[in-house]
Amino acid sequence: MTVVHHLDDSTLMRFASGNVDEAFSVAIAAHLELCGQCRAALRAAESCGGRLLELTDVADIEDDAFDRLRDHIEGSEINLVQLKPSDARPARHADASETSIPKPLQCYVGLSLDDVTWTTVAPGVLKRDITLSTKTTNKLYMLHIAAGKQMPEHGHGGSELTLVLSGAYKDHHGRFARGDIADLDEHDEHQPRVDGDQPCICLIAAEGHTKPKGLVARLLRPIVGI
Amino acid sequence: MVSARQQATPSCPKSADLAKHHAELMVKVAQHQDWVAFQELFLFFGPRVKAMMLKAGADNALAEDVVQETMTKVWRKAGLYVANRGSVSAWVYTVARNTRIDRVRRASSQAYDDIDDLDLESDEPTGEDQAHLSQQATSIAAAVQELPKEQREVIELAFMHDLPQSEIAEKLSLPLGTVKSRLRLAYGKLKVRLEDYK
Ligand SMILES: [Zn+2]
Repeated sequence: MTVVHHLDDSTLMRFASGNVDEAFSVAIAAHLELCGQCRAALRAAESCGGRLLELTDVADIEDDAFDRLRDHIEGSEINLVQLKPSDARPARHADASETSIPKPLQCYVGLSLDDVTWTTVAPGVLKRDITLSTKTTNKLYMLHIAAGKQMPEHGHGGSELTLVLSGAYKDHHGRFARGDIADLDEHDEHQPRVDGDQPCICLIAAEGHTKPKGLVARLLRPIVGI
Repeated sequence: MVSARQQATPSCPKSADLAKHHAELMVKVAQHQDWVAFQELFLFFGPRVKAMMLKAGADNALAEDVVQETMTKVWRKAGLYVANRGSVSAWVYTVARNTRIDRVRRASSQAYDDIDDLDLESDEPTGEDQAHLSQQATSIAAAVQELPKEQREVIELAFMHDLPQSEIAEKLSLPLGTVKSRLRLAYGKLKVRLEDYK
């Protein structure tokens, strides 16, 4: 598996700075699980946070802060993550199986793509909504689209991430297969078509619709479902 | 033992020396549960992590709590820090950031934890980690300080004040696209610097 389509650098910086909700954090982390190149890039972005932390004006901290911390650690026998210098980091290798679900998504839908339960939303299109544990206006869901199927041309209410987990699709940005992520902003319109003879399964994080501007739009929204 | 005079850290220490020194302290904490080393790390990072939380909108009590929680994790996970994943500052930043996501933003940092133990493609312990780290720290430090004011401002608001890109745009009266492109430009400069030292 060679990942061709990566996260936008501004998305990497956003993830590094922690400014993501649960929906986007799962989609970004799922790509990072499948993409060593973006994992290395994330380290560069995080080093920026490290330097800003060094340079920041310090805040006064309570006089007994360290003593309280030491009492807390010694009192609760917090276990140190003990490692021998020789195996300083027990690196986990990403699961190479083509039907495995990246770890950040596993707690929501299970370990394998074969286990996911779907709901039919249109002919050839199955959907799995993902319930998030924290408050957000953004959405996270999976789509299972049949071979040969073409999605209607559509724009987005806000930025949207689409990570391919199985199969492939094509649009004017190119061909997207397992591990590839489409990092689109609200101005992007596309019309993906499933490529090859396998269905395409993807994970999508989508920004909630921005506040409708006028009263009429607010009243129409529930009716037309935009 | 260091004298009181030597202990007084200058406000903006040379990044290479600082990175090397912090890495040495981390090794002492990880291998010997050295409280003196840990206290020095606490005195450096505690007030900075607190400042980071205040900037992100935490009140004093919450900011103090987050310092306690962040530094408890630093103690507990000291063995997971290895020099080739970046400076101690970068690592502490990620621990503080994740705590901020959970405690200040009330979102979830679970996804960050899920990929934290994955190997990096470039992970090759070279035996020159210390030297490499010092060079890299100097390089990153220079890159951040050389950023044009408008890029520095945007990364400060994103990384320290925890502002979403849309709010940065609003605060600076800029289109969202300009905020994104400033972040990309800043990142590009860091990346070029890091690649110089690969
Ligand atoms: Zn990537």
